[in-house]
Amino acid sequence: MSAVEDVVTESPAVEAVPKRAMTLGYGTSLVVLAALIIIPLLVKNFIIFQMTMLLIYGLAVLALNILTGGSGQFSLGQSAFYAVGAYTSAILMEHAGMNYALTLPIAGIICFAFGFLFGQPALRLSGVYLALATFALATAMPQLLKLGYFEYWTGGVQGLVVTKPDAPFGLPMGQDMWLYYFTLVVTIAIYIASVNLLRSRSGRAFMAIRDNEIAASAMGVDVALYKTLAFGVSAGITGVAGGLGAIAVQFVAPDGYTITLAISLFLGMVVGGVGWLPGSIVGSAFIIFVPNIAEGISKGLSGAVFGVLLFLVIFLVPHGARQVAIIAQQLVAKLKKN
Amino acid sequence: MLSTLRIAAASAAVIAFAATSTAAFAQKKYDTGATDAEIKIGNIMPYSGPASAYGVIGKTEEAYFKMINDQGGINGRKVTFITYDDAYSPPKAVEQVRKLVESDEVLAVFNPLGTPSNTAIQKYLNAKKIPQLFVATGATKWNDPKNFPWTIGWQPSYQSEAQIYAKWLMKEKPGAKVAILYQNDDFGKDYLKGTKDGFGAKAASSIIMEESYEVSEPSIDGHIVKIKAANPDVLLIYATPKFAAQTIKKTAELGWKPLQIVTNVSISVGSVMQPAGFENAQGLLSAAYAKDGTDPQWAGDPGMKKWAAFVDKYMPGADKTDNGVVYGYGAAQTLAKVLEMCGNDLTRANLMKQAASLKDFTPDTLLPGVKINTSATDFAPIAQLQMQRFKGQKWELFGEIISGDVPSE
Repeated sequence: MSAVEDVVTESPAVEAVPKRAMTLGYGTSLVVLAALIIIPLLVKNFIIFQMTMLLIYGLAVLALNILTGGSGQFSLGQSAFYAVGAYTSAILMEHAGMNYALTLPIAGIICFAFGFLFGQPALRLSGVYLALATFALATAMPQLLKLGYFEYWTGGVQGLVVTKPDAPFGLPMGQDMWLYYFTLVVTIAIYIASVNLLRSRSGRAFMAIRDNEIAASAMGVDVALYKTLAFGVSAGITGVAGGLGAIAVQFVAPDGYTITLAISLFLGMVVGGVGWLPGSIVGSAFIIFVPNIAEGISKGLSGAVFGVLLFLVIFLVPHGARQVAIIAQQLVAKLKKN
Repeated sequence: MLSTLRIAAASAAVIAFAATSTAAFAQKKYDTGATDAEIKIGNIMPYSGPASAYGVIGKTEEAYFKMINDQGGINGRKVTFITYDDAYSPPKAVEQVRKLVESDEVLAVFNPLGTPSNTAIQKYLNAKKIPQLFVATGATKWNDPKNFPWTIGWQPSYQSEAQIYAKWLMKEKPGAKVAILYQNDDFGKDYLKGTKDGFGAKAASSIIMEESYEVSEPSIDGHIVKIKAANPDVLLIYATPKFAAQTIKKTAELGWKPLQIVTNVSISVGSVMQPAGFENAQGLLSAAYAKDGTDPQWAGDPGMKKWAAFVDKYMPGADKTDNGVVYGYGAAQTLAKVLEMCGNDLTRANLMKQAASLKDFTPDTLLPGVKINTSATDFAPIAQLQMQRFKGQKWELFGEIISGDVPSE
């Protein structure tokens, strides 16, 4: 929590996240990108699937990062936006027979609208109160999806099974690999757009609000508009991630989008480093792989082992992956000097 | 001339050999996951998360195959049982099952738990032609050999059980006003549908109230008070153990005595009736297919003695009142039987064929008279139940063994 509190409560957040530190340098970016492109060619389908999920959760964490790290607002309700995105894609694909790629922008737009509207009442709340309001959204969502009125569309408690797309144009690759590269392209596009958003006038407005709301409004920033806008953008990206998740998992059900998911995403953000966008992927790796490691150590106590590992991370590197990256950078700089 | 004769003789011998070898000297045949020395079986269970109470089923199965291996394995092969945590989350279930299939290379996935998790992996496993054996859920849709020939159920379906209650009520208590308390998820809704189907045309006039609760609610006392106000004659309790115990207790506290029927999921003497209070549970009705580990009437039963010996030796410290231990034992025993029937032909196709050829098989833990039967068109192994009434500190069975197969839609 400490990292979040730092960003959200410390008033002069000069140290917090300078703009450039929000991204990686060009060299590092290219290395990461090359790794993401080449690795799937060498591994089994199951690992490609895991990497796809890594990107998808990475996107969802990124979305939360824009909201919390960028505009300083809390959300424990990301699972609700994720669910709306997933169901939008699934319903459009299965009931309307729409192409999977086309469902994603629609999922994004619907979630943007949903997030923007939810941002209106949320304006009056801040800090823990906002967290609680979004928490309510996350707990309500699985029940709403079960409602009898929507059952024809949502499949009710039984959920909906989604057909996995084949590679187009007769490309010689499996469904998993195609979906991975598709997800990768979407992720990179959203990542670049997010970085540019935070570097733009709107991004500066977000950060001004995060650092000091009163000062921001004195400078002429429309606080209400930008706060709800941040909610909308965050929800929209989460929705796209949810849609991709539905296609990758081939199934949506209310029980897949409980508060646990929202907390996982929150966890991923903290572990990755609040406000540091590349950390989203690290955070996503943490929420996917660390439970498996914990299970490998002890099946009966997997939850407890996970807790210990999480505690160690928070205790040793409270700023998450960002801190590790900074330390690594300093080491490299030192080595260069010598 | 001589050479043609030789060829004829040789070919005759070859043909004769080929004919006998398929019959008598069956060749050893294997798919991925089976060898001369081992059979790899995969499983997913919610060891963490909201349904972690069911994790004991996976642990029981793991212990059961340890016992089998200690006794020399199945047809000389050891069973390697690999079980992973899916936290009752469909995305995690897909990830873990793909790990089992593509990384651990198991022969089959056995007894994965939960309707959402099983739905999530069904398409994948069927596309890859990997058996999804004896799934641990009571949904009706697992009995669908035409569309999903690689998926087979195990326990009686919730809908068929609910139909049995409805039919019993129509016969024994015609005209009774019925209220239903159900859990708002796939489990509860299946019971609701089964009850309505069972009542048929009389559903609208018989069922005067449907009240649902969420698993996340701490107590359901409020719902009981609400139901009592409608004053039904019969209360159907389609709730998981904790809530069933609360319901039985609360109705007694209110001094209200409707005829109560509780789902088979919540009939444990140790974890439902005792906490609810034996005096409050008198006269309660339900239906069963398995023996209860805590019911004294089975103390001398040879099957349950074997079960108790297994628990003492391989799961020391396990809670014998937990129904999951009985369940896991019965399911694992069914798999062991099927693997034994496979003989040396451990291909996935044969495994599925054998799983669909069980004839009157009775695991140690099933009620006397309840038998497992499957066929190429019947993928619902256990389809029989018997009505029972709670008296004193145990269940008393009554009536006939009722078969309640519900065809899948």
